Amino acid sequence: MSSKNNQALVPTAVINDSQWQKINSAIAPLNNDQLTWMSGYLAGLAHQQSGIHAVAPASSASVAEKQLTILYGSQTGNAKGVAQDYKEKAQHAGLKVNLLSMADYKAKQLKNETHLLIVVSTHGEGDAPDDAIELHEFVGSKKAPKLPDLNFAVVGLGDSSYEFFCQTAKDFDARLEALGGKRLTPRVDCDVDYETVTNAFFDQIAIQLKEEFAASQTRVEQTSTVAGVASLATGKSEYTKKSPFTATLLESQKITGRDSVKDIRHVEISLEDSGIQYQPGDALGIWFSNDELLVDELLSLVEVDANEQVTVGDQTISIKTALIEKFELTLSYPTFVKSYLDSAPNEKLQALFEDKAQLRDYLADKQIVDIVVDFPAKITAEQLARALRPITPRLYSIASSQAEVDDEVHLTVAMVEYDVNGNVRNGSASHFLGKRLEEGQEVKVFVEHNNNFRLPQNPDTPVIMVGPGTGIAPFRAFMQQRAEDEAEGKNWLFFGNPNYTQDFLYQTEWQRFVKDGVVDKVTLAFSRDQEQKVYVQHRLLENGAELYEWLEQGAHFYVCGDATHMAKDVHDALLTVIQEHGGKSAEEAEAYLTEMRRGKRYQKDVY
Amino acid sequence: MISDKKFIVEGKLAENERIKGESNFLRGTIAQDLKDDLTGGFTADNFQLIRFHGMYQQDDRDIRAERAKQKLEPLHNVMLRARLPGGIISPTQWLAIDKFAEDHSIYGSIRLTTRQTFQFHGVLKPHIKLMHQTLNKVGIDSIATAGDVNRNVLCTSNPVESEVHQQAYEWAKKISEHLLPKTRAYAEIWLDGEKVETTEDEPILGNNYLPRKFKTTVVIPPHNDIDVHANDLNFVAIAQEGKLIGFNVLVGGGLAMTHGDHSTYPRKADDFGFIPLEKTLDVAAAVVGTQRDWGNRVNRKNAKTKYTLERVGVENFKAEVEKRAEIKFEQSRPYEFTSRGDRFGWVEGVDGKYHLTVFIENGRILDYPGKTLKTGCAEIAKVHKGDFRLTANQNLVIAGVPPEQKQQIETLAKTHGLISDGVSNQRLDSMACVSLPTCPLAMAEAERYLPGAVTDIEGLLEKHGIPERSIIFRVTGCPNGCGRAMLAEVGLVGKGPGKYNFHLGGDREGTRIPKMYKENISEQEILTHLDELIGRWAKESNENEAFGDFLIRTKVIAPVVNSAKDFYA
Repeated sequence: MSSKNNQALVPTAVINDSQWQKINSAIAPLNNDQLTWMSGYLAGLAHQQSGIHAVAPASSASVAEKQLTILYGSQTGNAKGVAQDYKEKAQHAGLKVNLLSMADYKAKQLKNETHLLIVVSTHGEGDAPDDAIELHEFVGSKKAPKLPDLNFAVVGLGDSSYEFFCQTAKDFDARLEALGGKRLTPRVDCDVDYETVTNAFFDQIAIQLKEEFAASQTRVEQTSTVAGVASLATGKSEYTKKSPFTATLLESQKITGRDSVKDIRHVEISLEDSGIQYQPGDALGIWFSNDELLVDELLSLVEVDANEQVTVGDQTISIKTALIEKFELTLSYPTFVKSYLDSAPNEKLQALFEDKAQLRDYLADKQIVDIVVDFPAKITAEQLARALRPITPRLYSIASSQAEVDDEVHLTVAMVEYDVNGNVRNGSASHFLGKRLEEGQEVKVFVEHNNNFRLPQNPDTPVIMVGPGTGIAPFRAFMQQRAEDEAEGKNWLFFGNPNYTQDFLYQTEWQRFVKDGVVDKVTLAFSRDQEQKVYVQHRLLENGAELYEWLEQGAHFYVCGDATHMAKDVHDALLTVIQEHGGKSAEEAEAYLTEMRRGKRYQKDVY
Repeated sequence: MISDKKFIVEGKLAENERIKGESNFLRGTIAQDLKDDLTGGFTADNFQLIRFHGMYQQDDRDIRAERAKQKLEPLHNVMLRARLPGGIISPTQWLAIDKFAEDHSIYGSIRLTTRQTFQFHGVLKPHIKLMHQTLNKVGIDSIATAGDVNRNVLCTSNPVESEVHQQAYEWAKKISEHLLPKTRAYAEIWLDGEKVETTEDEPILGNNYLPRKFKTTVVIPPHNDIDVHANDLNFVAIAQEGKLIGFNVLVGGGLAMTHGDHSTYPRKADDFGFIPLEKTLDVAAAVVGTQRDWGNRVNRKNAKTKYTLERVGVENFKAEVEKRAEIKFEQSRPYEFTSRGDRFGWVEGVDGKYHLTVFIENGRILDYPGKTLKTGCAEIAKVHKGDFRLTANQNLVIAGVPPEQKQQIETLAKTHGLISDGVSNQRLDSMACVSLPTCPLAMAEAERYLPGAVTDIEGLLEKHGIPERSIIFRVTGCPNGCGRAMLAEVGLVGKGPGKYNFHLGGDREGTRIPKMYKENISEQEILTHLDELIGRWAKESNENEAFGDFLIRTKVIAPVVNSAKDFYA
């Protein structure tokens, strides 16, 4: 059934154009059985909520009605996920709620807010995520208005092993108070295992909010069931982090040469029959299991019998299964050290634990097993399970466009392998995908949408892509999409890696893109091919005049890859280029970039 | 110079003729390609044109399929063949070459070749200019060592009779210079030479260059180390009382053929007669000019001088040369070839200096476990007062050592395995071209196959009780024939992986072409045949009768007398 034929039958009074588009895009991938089921489902839905149409106009007219605004600032999608959860919960609780990325929020609106919930992450050395930078600056500046009517709460996401843990959240919290806001509840700073904490936090303020809102609000919308349909209509798949799709590994192919210092894999996964839709710029979440060898090593070190039963959530399983399936073993975190110390006191480890900076350095390149190797102790299965935090999926930038690969999804995965005191340690998900999972075997996946990393709407807009190393992944997706769209806009790739002959990821594909006229320029930086190391930022500076010209033509500038060094260096190089070739002062260059960011012309996907 | 039109082949010109014609005197768009870092290779016409500058684009064929899966292009690199008339090289030059190979080539080796020069293998695009500039600094270039031009001019490595050799070598250099392309493309592209606005012209080679490759030698009988019959043009040195007086001129040798195409075949050179020294350059230019004008530019497979001679007739070709050079060839002076191999070990020259010839298996100078050949050569170069001479058999002569330094050189050579006991005569008489993994033309292994194959043959000689005897054994990876298998007693020509055409019946002096005995057989089948034939040779041969001669006499194989008629008969 073609959507075009359908359109003629739709009374526009009932469903407007944009709604109709959404419905169509949602039902496009469905087969006949699914469509039949949907028709019944929608009929049931209509019956359940009769009266909704009558309510809607009234609610939008009621300006005085209290509303909870949830703003998120998210780099990797976690804070956004929490904020979305909150929105759903708030709606369940009958609260009127408005959810926005900080990037899409007009700062002047702040003074009109009565109830504000901020969910914001911190990364690197206390840096705000890209979409929060502007609001963060505004709130901290003299331009920020007094906020006497504001009730607020702040949730911070971060990693406690870093010195400036949840710094951005702390800043917002302090400033909103200083501006006259009233704290609904004390800020919470969540570590990497944030989910239980964030849930508890919201349950608490929901009660408070309900009371406050009830006083001024007589009518409560029942929109909860509709929310499910709406999310389907915006192209979100039914598979989520919590209920992932069981996909099949099609291929895991090493794409660095035999003499490379890196082992990088091109991974192809089948999403057949899932109906999952993703867009270039999205990420794929991978649920992995831990390496059995690693688990055996850990169990023997702490002298725990593999068959010993432990309780994880509402399941009772063997400690070995728990370690393979349920717990995070390849990252180290201070909470483990604390619990481990509680179970087996150790003076040296205690001393280390108390020195935050030293502990962070120590944990940086250690896995759980390494801590146990360094500070051996015999503990019980129960103690071990309690010390560990739940396993979390890893996100990979998607390297394909569905316009090109249909129901496949491609990733570019660096095998992480390093030496800790003579023991080879492997990255968890990378090792799982690249080494342990065989072609044809199953892997649980979900799509993490990322609207902060999107091709320009206008196909004629030039695109500049900076993606050294595995940072090249989303740009492969971008170019597949632009090729398929026959987009006219120019495309310029900056790529770097150690060696030209070994590490030019997807070289033959880029050659093809250039030959076919999809990509206009490829500028390369192979750091180890000459004595002086050369990186992408050097190439940006060398090509400054032309780069600035592209920016002036309205080019979008994308950066993907390493957050700690590369993205910063690229940012600085970009500022230099704007200053030098745009004849601007440092402040003007900053403003230029801010303007680009605001126009979604400067986007980052860094990790 | 007006050519006789009736000897020009009419028809649609071969693609390479277009490439040369449109190349703006061999420039093409090489300079632009050098700046394109999306690929490590050269594109379209430039792939051919860099050959005229002494380079071939190659890749590591062992990993071609693997890299395709890795979404990486083939490991493109270039092989450079230096222009080194007569194969003489100074210690300073050696050290520069040694360092470049070490620092900037994938294989890290110096490969001595059958063209009496050295090759760098595995140089990546970003290092190509540096390579030419490094060589230029020590007075070496690679102009016209490949492509449709006169290539590196060989000269017998005869350090003993130093005076004649010195004169012959000077002629080799002069001929090489005289026949070089005149275009400034090489200097412009690789040495950042100034672009001079002149109307260029190639008076000798012609603006479309030659129809096909052209090879020239200067040979000093009785040594035929440079294999005259593998070359288009040979100057056979005729000396009187230790002084060079002129040359016999041999034209139209060549070993290349194409599998399955019987219009192609290896052919011996014809003797045109004697010329006095002063006519040498004129005759060289006249032979080249005649081939330039009469050579087949329609079918590249029949473009070499040997086919021109067959087509127009030797007498017509010779008459044209006489006309152009304004001479009459005199009756050939008598000479004899008695050997082709190098004389290993120390010899004392007539000038009282010493010369050490060392055997380099496959000509591959590299440090092997327990045999640090490359380091050894470099250590010698640091103290050596004479020069190095590369032989056309891929070996090395440390020449001109004063008596007082002989011991020092010998010690260094021994320490680094350049002199080692127990290298059999069979191994010394065996040779192979480079072939896999770098040569794009290779059909079967050659260099990598040779050492083991020789060990097997040594075993057979031992088995049949003649371990001290040897057979001229040569392996070439494709019918193009760099390994000169078509002048061996046992010649293998690569046909496919592990498969060779098996030729028998050449002689030790390199004056008889071997004939195919079995087509497309495996390494094991080759050994089985050799086992039987060596067994018979051991029992039935006359005294000192060479293997090839024995096979002819006993009618195991028929001799090739006139290749055009009987090579395939």
